[in-house]
Order: sequence, then C-alpha cells, then structure tokens
Amino acid sequence: GRWSICGITGNFTNICVKISLSCRHDDLKEMLDSNKDSLKLEAMKRIVAMIARGKNASDLFPAVVKNVACKNIEVKKLVYVYLVRYAEEQQDLALLSISTFQRGLKDPNQLIRASALRVLSSIRVTIIVPIMMLAIKEAASDMSPYVRKTAAHAIPKLYSLDPDQKDQLIEVIEKLLADKTTLVAGSVVMAFEEVCPERIDLIHKNYRKLCNLLIDVEEWGQVVIINMLTRYARTQFLNPNANVSVSAEGKEDKVEAAALVVKRKPYVMDPDHRLLLRNTKPLLQSRNAAVVMAVAQLYFHLAPKAEVGVIAKALVRLMRSHSEVQYVVLQNVATMTIKRRGMFEPYLKSFYIRSTDPTQIKVLKLEVLTNLANETNISTILREFQTYIKSMDKDFVAATIQAIGRCATNIGEVRDTCLNGLVQLLSNRDELVVAESVVVIKKLLQMQPEKHSDIIKHMAKLTDNIQVPMARASILWLIGEYCEHVPKIAPDVLRKMAKSFTNEEDIVKLQILNLAAKLYLTNSKQTKLLTQYVLNLAKYDQNYDIRDRARFIRQLIVPTDKSGALSKYAKKLFLALKPAPVLESPFKDRDHFQLGSLSHLLNAKAGGYQELPDWPESAPDPSVRNVEVKYPTCSMNIEQSSTEEQKKSTKSKEPKDRSDSESEDEEESSTESSESESEEESESDTDAKKKKKVLLSISINHTLQGTSLRYYILKKWRIYVSFCVALLLKCSFPSPQAASPTCGPLKTYELLHRITGEGLAVTYCFSRRPFTGDPHMVSVQIQFTNNTEVEARSLRVLEPKLQSGMRIAEFPEIDVLPPGEISTVVMGIDFCDSTQAANFQLCTHTKKFFVTIQPPVGELMMPIFMTENEFKKEQGQLMGMNEITEKLTLGEGCRGDHVIIQRVISTANLSRVPCGSAMECRFAGKTVTSGSLVLVTVVTKEERAAQVTVNCEKMLIGTMLVKDILQALSQ
Amino acid sequence: MIHSLFLVNSSGDIFLEKHWKSVVSRSVCDYFFEAQERASEPENVPPVIPTPHHYLISVLRHRIYFVAVIQSEVPPLFVIEFLHRVVDTFQDYFGVCTEAAIKDNVVVVYELLEEMLDNGFPLATESNILKELIKPPTILRTVVNTITGSTNVGEQLPTGQLSVVPWRRTGVKYTNNEAYFDVVEEIDAIIDKSGSTITAEIQGVIDACVKLSGMPDLTLSFMNPRLLDDVSFHPCVRFKRWEAERILSFIPPDGNFRLLSYHVSSQNLVAIPVYVKHNITFREGSSQGRFELTLGPKQTMGKAVESVLVSSQLPRGVLNVNLNPSQGTYTFDPVTKLLSWDVGKINPQKLPSLKGSMSLQAGASKPDENPTINIQFKIQQMAISGLKVNRLDMYGEKYKPFKGIKYMTKAGKFQVRT
Repeated sequence: GRWSICGITGNFTNICVKISLSCRHDDLKEMLDSNKDSLKLEAMKRIVAMIARGKNASDLFPAVVKNVACKNIEVKKLVYVYLVRYAEEQQDLALLSISTFQRGLKDPNQLIRASALRVLSSIRVTIIVPIMMLAIKEAASDMSPYVRKTAAHAIPKLYSLDPDQKDQLIEVIEKLLADKTTLVAGSVVMAFEEVCPERIDLIHKNYRKLCNLLIDVEEWGQVVIINMLTRYARTQFLNPNANVSVSAEGKEDKVEAAALVVKRKPYVMDPDHRLLLRNTKPLLQSRNAAVVMAVAQLYFHLAPKAEVGVIAKALVRLMRSHSEVQYVVLQNVATMTIKRRGMFEPYLKSFYIRSTDPTQIKVLKLEVLTNLANETNISTILREFQTYIKSMDKDFVAATIQAIGRCATNIGEVRDTCLNGLVQLLSNRDELVVAESVVVIKKLLQMQPEKHSDIIKHMAKLTDNIQVPMARASILWLIGEYCEHVPKIAPDVLRKMAKSFTNEEDIVKLQILNLAAKLYLTNSKQTKLLTQYVLNLAKYDQNYDIRDRARFIRQLIVPTDKSGALSKYAKKLFLALKPAPVLESPFKDRDHFQLGSLSHLLNAKAGGYQELPDWPESAPDPSVRNVEVKYPTCSMNIEQSSTEEQKKSTKSKEPKDRSDSESEDEEESSTESSESESEEESESDTDAKKKKKVLLSISINHTLQGTSLRYYILKKWRIYVSFCVALLLKCSFPSPQAASPTCGPLKTYELLHRITGEGLAVTYCFSRRPFTGDPHMVSVQIQFTNNTEVEARSLRVLEPKLQSGMRIAEFPEIDVLPPGEISTVVMGIDFCDSTQAANFQLCTHTKKFFVTIQPPVGELMMPIFMTENEFKKEQGQLMGMNEITEKLTLGEGCRGDHVIIQRVISTANLSRVPCGSAMECRFAGKTVTSGSLVLVTVVTKEERAAQVTVNCEKMLIGTMLVKDILQALSQ
Repeated sequence: MIHSLFLVNSSGDIFLEKHWKSVVSRSVCDYFFEAQERASEPENVPPVIPTPHHYLISVLRHRIYFVAVIQSEVPPLFVIEFLHRVVDTFQDYFGVCTEAAIKDNVVVVYELLEEMLDNGFPLATESNILKELIKPPTILRTVVNTITGSTNVGEQLPTGQLSVVPWRRTGVKYTNNEAYFDVVEEIDAIIDKSGSTITAEIQGVIDACVKLSGMPDLTLSFMNPRLLDDVSFHPCVRFKRWEAERILSFIPPDGNFRLLSYHVSSQNLVAIPVYVKHNITFREGSSQGRFELTLGPKQTMGKAVESVLVSSQLPRGVLNVNLNPSQGTYTFDPVTKLLSWDVGKINPQKLPSLKGSMSLQAGASKPDENPTINIQFKIQQMAISGLKVNRLDMYGEKYKPFKGIKYMTKAGKFQVRT
C-alpha cells in the first residue's frame, strides 16, 4: 500500500533509485552476515575494490565492522583497511571495534600487539585520543623493539588528531629516542621531526648513538636521521669554512684578513662533528637515491671545503637512474655548482645532453653546464652548445641560446665569439631561434653598445621578417636606446612601425611608443609628425595601458603651456644610462634552503619546512652530548626456545661488524637484544600488566557479532556507546583508590632437584599465555640450570607416559647448555581438563630422568571477557548441580577488594568481570581443552564472613576450584 | 609524509586511489592533468607540482603515472624512490606492471600498499618480508582460492621484520642449491660527427639469483676490483669488508636481487665496440636527400655483436624514405619521422649497410638539423670494462651449491651525432 502512495505522490522513481542502490549492496551485506569465511572474503574483496576505484562504500559500515573479530586473517585485514578508510565518517560505529584492538594490544605475540596498535592509532576518531595515548605509552615500553617501532609510528598519527597531546607525546619521544635498537631509531626521529623538531635539546644525549647506529638503520630511517642531524650540527658546531671564507674574501687587503685570522682561535673540529661526517660517508654507496642525496646535502652544508668533493661522484652516479631522480638530482647539482664549481668540473661530460633526454632534463643539464663554464673549458662547452642549437627540440634550442648569453656575460674573453655566433643565428630559418637570439643579443649589446652599431643595424633590418612579439619589442627598444648609433635607420623603422601599429601586439605597441618618444627627443625634426601620428593612434587603442602610456608620453615630451616642470627633464628620464642586465642563474642563492628538500626544489618554503640555522658564533657546550656509559653488571646468556631464534641470535652478531659502533655501545645493544628476545623472562611483569588490562576491556564485541545489528538501533546506541567509552577511559586510567590487582610472581614448581638431577636443576611454571600452535594446550615454561662443570648436551623430552587423550607438544631440543648457564623453553600440555599428572622423561646426552608435571586446577583455564549481563545470563544456565557454594571466614590479611581479586586471580587463570555491587567480585574463564565456562563469584558480608560460588559444567573442576579459592582467601 | 596515492593511466583516468591519512579528494589530480596538458611529451610532466594545499610528486613507469599527494616538507627523492619501489614490487608480484594487472589484482595491490606505508612512512619495502605477509598470486593459487575461499595472506606472521637480517626470511629450503650471478654492463656514449668519442661511460650491475637453503654467508672476489671505484650496494653487503679487502661479503636475500651497481667513467677504459659510417645530406633546392649508413665492429675482443637495432629521428621535413638494407629490415613512420632498422648480428666480413634516398617536402628549404643515430646492441660472454669475478665461496652451510656467472655487454644510451 505504501509504495503505491509514494508512486502517486510522484516520489516513486526517486525511491526506486534508492531501493536499487541499497539492493545492490544487500547481497554484500548478506555475504558479510553469512557463516562462511569464503563468502565474507569475497564480499570484502569486492568492497575493497570499490574503495580502490574511489566508489563510496560507507553504507556498508555496520555490516563490515562486525567482522572485525573474524578468525580469517585476510578477512580481518580487509576489514581493517575498510575501517581505517571510513572510521572518520562513522565515528560512533567505529568505536564498537575498539575493544578488539585493545585486546590485541595485550596479545603475547609481538606482531599482533604491533598490528593492533597500528590499526587503533589509524582510526581518526577524537573520542579515543586518551585510549590511543595510553596504548602508545604502554607500547613505548614494550619488550619487543618491533612494537616500540610501531609506537613511534603512532605518535605523529595521534599528534595530527589532537595537537594538544604534544607535551605528553614529547615525553614518549624522549623515551624512545633513548632506545638503542636500529629498528626504532628511524621511526622515532620521524616522529620527532613531525611533533617537536624545535626540541633540539632532546637529541644531545642520543647524538653519538644515532651516528653509530646509522649504517644499520633501514634506508628510509637513514634519510630522516641524516636530515635531522644536519640541522642539529648547524646549531652545535662551528663553521669549518669560516676562516677560509674570510681569507678568500679579503684577497685585496691581505693584511687585514690575516689579522682577522689571527684574532680567531685556530679552528679545531669538534670530534662529534667529525663522527657525523665519518659515519655518513659510507652511505654515499647506498642503492637508495634518497639516502645518497641526504648524505650529499649533509656534506654540502657541514663539511670542510676540501672534503665536499666526495659527493660529486655519487651524485653523478644517480644521474643514470630514472628520469624523475635525475630531475631532482640535477636541480640540486645546479645549486651546488654555483657555490662549489670545482667539484663537478671533472664530471663535465656527464652533463652532456642526449637527443633522447626529456626537455626538462635537457634544460637542467644546460643550467649545470653553464654554471661549470670557465675560461679553460668554455671552448669545449661552446662547441657542445653548437650541436645543441641544431636540435629539433626548439624549446631546448631557445634555452641553449640563453645559456650562450650567460656564458658571454660571465666570461669576458668569449663575449665577442658568442655575440658573433648569436648574430649568425639571426639568419636561422626557425623564427623561435631568431627571436630568442634577438632577446639575448639585446642584453649583451647593452654591455658595450658603442662597439656594435653594425649589429644594431643588422637587427633593425630584421623587423621586416621577425613576427615574434618579444623579439620585435627587443629590437625596437635597442634602436630607441641607441638611436644615436643608427641615426639614419631609426626614423625609417619608426615609419614602418607607424604603418603597422594597429596590427601589433601590446608589448610591441608599447615599444613603438617608447621608440617614438626617444626619437622625438633626439631627432625631432625628422620624427615630430610620425610621433604625433603614433600617439594619436595609441590614444584610441583598446588597451588602457597603451592609452595611458600615450597620454603620459605626450604630456612629458610635447611642450605645451600646461606642461609642468617635468618635461624639462624628459630627455634625462628617457635616455638615462641604464645598467646592463645581469644574466644570472635561477639557482643562485637557493642554497639557503636545505638541499634535497622540497622547499629547495620549489624555491619556496613548503609547509613544515625547518630552516637550516646559521652556524653559531661560538660553539655551545659540547659536554651535553656526553653519556655515562653503563656497563652491564651481569650478562645472562639465554638460549631461545626455537631453533629459528637461535639462528637469529647468531645472525645478530653478523651485521654488527658493518657498523662503526664503539665497543661499549655494541655490548649495550647486545644485552638489549637478548633482553627483548627473552620475553618470557619478565613473565611476572607482563602478566601483571595483562591482569590490569583485563579490567579495561569491556566487551562490546559480543554484541557486535550478533546479527541483529541495525543501523537505526545503533543511532539510539550513541548514548550507550559514549557511556561505554567513558567507562573504558575510567578503567584505563589507573586511579589510586582502585588499586589494580596483581597476581604477584608466578609460582614456580620444581621438576628436577639439582641433586637428583646430578647438577642439572629444572623448574617449571605456568606462564598463563596461550600456547602458540595449539590453543587447547596449557603453556608450561621450563627453566634449565646447569650447575655442573661440564656442558649438558641435547636436552629433550623422551617417552611421555600419558593418560588417554592427553597430549604433549615437546619443546625443541636444546643443543648445548654450557656450565653455569640458564636456558628457558616452553612446552605445551593438553591436560584434558583434568588435574592428572603428565609423566615423561627428560634426557641429556648421557642421562635420563623421570619427571612429572601436575597442574593446579586453576591453571587449566584461561580468562575470557564478559559483561555483567552476560555473566548473569550464563550463571543462570549453570544452576543446580553445576553450582557449588561454600562459606568462609576471610583470612587476617585478606581485607579489601583488591586483595581478594589478587588472590583469586593468582589461584586461577581468570579475568575479572565488571560488577555494580561493591560487595561482590566476579571472575570468568573457560577450561583450556573443552572451553567450558568457569564463573566465580565472591560475596563479602559483615565482619570477615564471605561466600564463594563457582558455576561450572565440569563439577569436578568446580569442586576443586572452590577448595583452592577457599584456601587462598582464608590465609 | 605520503598522504595519498593515485594511479593515472595514459588516457587520464584515475583507476586506483589509496589514502593513508584523511581522504584527499581526487579533484587534486586536476592540477596534475593541467601540467600534463602543458607538457608536450609524457616524460616532460614535472615530477613535483605545487598546488594550493598539497604537493604532487609523480613518477611515470609503464605508461602509468603514480601520483603521490604530499602535504608538507619531505625530501622529493624520498617519495620518488619509494614510488619506484612500489612499481618494482608490483612487477615482482604480477610479472608486469600494467593497468590490467593492477585492476585484476586490486586486493593484493591494496594489501601491499597497506603494508608498505604506515601513516605515510615506509614500513616494509623489502620484497622478502612482503612475500611472507602477502603471497604473490599464481594461476594455481588463484584457482584454488576461488574454489576453497582460502587467502593470499600469509597464515604465519613474518619473522623477517623482527630479524637483524631483514632482507632474508628464515627457514629457506631448496633441493637444488644454486647461486647465479649476471654481470651486465651498459655503455653510454656520445660519438661525434667525425667518429671520435665525446663521452663514454660504463654502467654495470651484478644481478643475482640465489636459491640457497638456510643462512648462507657468501663472499665474492674479483680479479680486478680496482675497476670498481664507484659502487652502490644492496644493504646486505658488508661495507667495512669491501673498504678493507675489496671483497663482497654478504648474507644474500632469497631469490632475485641486485647485489651491486657500479660506474666506470674514466674514458680511456671504455672500449667502443661498434663504429658507424654515415652520410646524411640534404641539398639546397632539391627535394631529395641522401642517406647512407654502414655499421662495423671494433674492440669486441673477438665476440659477436648481436641484436643490433638502429633508430633515428629524421627531420620534420622528410616525407618518406626509400632505402635498401643489406641485411635486416627497416621501418619508417611518416608521422613521427622515426626510422628504425633491425640489423641483427654484425658480420665482420660483410658489413651491414642501409642506403637510399629521402624525399623532402617540395619547395621546403633544407632542414637545419641533422638527425642523431641511436644504437642498441648486445655482446654475450664479455664485460666490456674487463671486470672478472675471481671466486665465490660459501660459509655457514654444509651443502655444496651450484654456482654460475654470466657476463653480458649492452648498449645503454649510445648515440652517434651526424
């Protein structure tokens, strides 16, 4: 019925279009809602293709975002792509995905932590700024350098979202700048450049480290670091060329110059300045053009004159690269050749032009060749120019003529040769060539007109043939300016021009007026009438500029009663001696921009450009760069679990010999890397963090996966969502009242006593992280200590004796455990949700030991995240036989929520569920093997009375867990 | 740094866009199209174009413009080098980098771009890391994926990014362990009218194809390392060792990579393997011109000059040509005035020649300019600079690899002025 009404009201077609539009996406929505990953993937692929083509796919947001927690990696990745693209437009909905990433931030796998941070920080929604800030801070002190690198990347993202965070971000940058790994260095300097490039003081303590790490940093990071260090050096060191330039300038009065030099202290280069030059030089050999350019500009701006030469060869090598690279390099070479001509002179021929070069490259090469021209090589260059003039590319020929003009002005010896050459070009068949020659000749003649009246005569004749306005204008100007040298021809030219006046271009008309005025002043007898005629024509010209000029000239030169005092000076005004034009390179003085920069290329300041400071008069205190060297007190050699990682650590020694790093640095960095690889070591620490964060994650996600999500409902959710975010935030900030629970150090159990083990001691603990490779296994971390005098070889697991259904994932064999060393490995055991022991043998190359691992019931589960409502709902379904309740009296030290939480969590691997009541604490988890829910409630009453309830499908586990918790709480 | 990327085809359509920060409207490309219109030739579009709010930095490869949008100061070469790296990666993945290939693989392209930049700053540009993250499409995999709905995305997270040898993945295994090195030299030269060399340089590269298991550590030494005074290395090469001993020591990436590029510029070292005799004349007042060209080998150390191709842009006034090649075939395009002659192999006993007449526009005056002749050729089993590999050794692994070294010389930008 409705549709027909719409049809009647005339909106029918309109609605039809809308329907068909939404219909088109309905199939995609259906696919996204399906249970099959393959359909989801297909839908996501089509959506990404739409985004790539620039088509709007924003209406699919609700359908896409609920797949954010999809198990399939590719679907997940494509959802991320979508999310980052549209989050800004759909802020409310985007918030629903945040909890997924928050969870990812706590994942034991460093790559997952990193990728969660990467996506989270790419979501441009201001409301999550505090969450991002917190995540960045946490990640900046992560064990994994890769996560720290990601944190550095996230800093500029947050800064661009909310510049008010600057101060806090600077703290993080400062922290990351102190990082000693090459992986982080480039990224954090990038962040520094975007957020606080003015805080040069943050660099002092890290300067030497950055110099030493440089060669091992990845290439993009190298570029950023080198550019930043160039600026730094300009503020901290003295100009190595200061004395040189003084003596060079003062050639005439050497005495004075000498006195100046004496007054200055003899220049000694700061060793840190030298360090920078020395450590960047090898990078001239990089395959990356941007790196080579960065080093080249560093040398140009910082090195003593005698050393700059090394960069020329590398820059010339870059010219063989793609034409875009060539274009940028030539621009920079052009600037350099003005200041330091000498260094490129040996490579003159590398700038010779090929007929196949693009015009923009030809013109730049010409610029360089012109800058390189001097008395000795000018004849070679001019001969080369001769061939260029014959080129078919006329724009290039025009540029060559200009270049010849510049050579002629700069080098007096060849001025006449050049002029003659150019005059010959006046008879060229191509008008453009002739016109350009005229313009250049005009400029050259201005330098010494008296010698060249024959050329002026020659040019006067050209007015009959040349039609290019600029050339005609130039000729007319020449004749007018030097009319005394061609007294007979000039009036005749004016006569011809008067005839064609109306058909000329504006610039030519102006010059005709100019010529008329000058002739009237010098030779009024012959030209009075002609001038008046021209002025009359001009009076009625269409162009007001020309009318104005005519009026102005008439007032000035034709004496009348009304004419003022100025007309007396008319001759002086028109025929004043004019200075010859200076033909100079457009690249002159461009080096006040840092070379290699965008601003230099455009010759205009680009946004975000940091000025290259002038050298200081006197050097700032060099001791600010001193760093106390901390020698590592003990160096533990921790063998990694997997063989892969063993290889990695052996490799890690390899590239080190590429770097110049001093020994102490090297030692520091090697302990650093072992630290980072041994994440398991600091188990308790990260675990504590994990526990803390468990509280932060309110799972909106669960609802997300429901298919009943509809956009209009979501709109109503707005308030709810902001409420959730507020909650998230509240939890995210550690408040002093609600001290976060920590489970304390992990309990360590003995597997093999050092006496029974004949010197080999083995302990184990439950690391409480998912076992990689099999989610149904409990991770058991095993630590071997070799207390003997000899090395233990091939430590491995042998002949496990297991109850039916139980499985073991053995740890990789440890090849060698040297005396006194400790090694940690991880193995996985599937206990089948029972507390039965796993029996197996531990072997060395000589002996066998029977050992047993028996898990406490609390270790057979893993935490899950739930809301209060979900908890109540699930609890409602686990009543009767599945519920076990015990009363107890809390122990002496067991007062306050946080103690209870801590004790429960240290007893069992559960996570806390948010709860409205202050008297209750709730925890949730599921068993590792079967995934059965485990729900725990602790209710405190008056005095020290309390009640523990466990709801669990597996009654045995429930009973045992209640017992363990009772014990823990009544202590 | 890099805000957005647009891919533009030769007919001026934007066929792909990707944004790493807020979305930039594609209308920003209008400034690019304006510059494109102003430029006479496609390669004359300026690589850097300022617009009121952004800067456009572009590269042209395979007739596709890769236009990056920049908002603030960044070294232009940084962006240009990165864009070329993107093209190289596409080529590596899809075999060719064409509009069709990119459109067919748009999802892989998007996934690659996502991994290569984070917030506009390069993240993973090493091919081996990328290949662990995103598997290159093959026909078989495409078929399997369509049937099973499985993915191109690597199931395992890559370890390369975390390792200190980021260019090599771990756990490489081959049944046949082999390492091939190609020494390829290109001669760039300008020869003047009289046949004397104005400038000549050699651009050499050593490209490697290494398929070795485990973590091999290779050293490569030369008979005459002194030739290499200007080199650039793959990051895997240990610079200190080169400085001290002139030996290339490296843990190679897996697969194909460029180990080294070098530049030999001192003129006396550069042998010119071919000579050209030419006589191209136009007479005043005549509508005919003469064209004579003969090629011959010189300084080839007895090796054959093959795949010779001569091309020349004749003056605009030339209407047509009537030529007679002694071998091979020639074509002349009367519109672009491009003459090209596919010569093949040069036989020293019977030198190839191309002779005949050119007809000019009636009544037009004699052209001012003389055409330049561009020559391409190949010489197998020889490096023109004389560079020779002495030996290749492997450490760190126990098996015996199969090793091979091949030399080749080619013409680079080889021009003869007439």
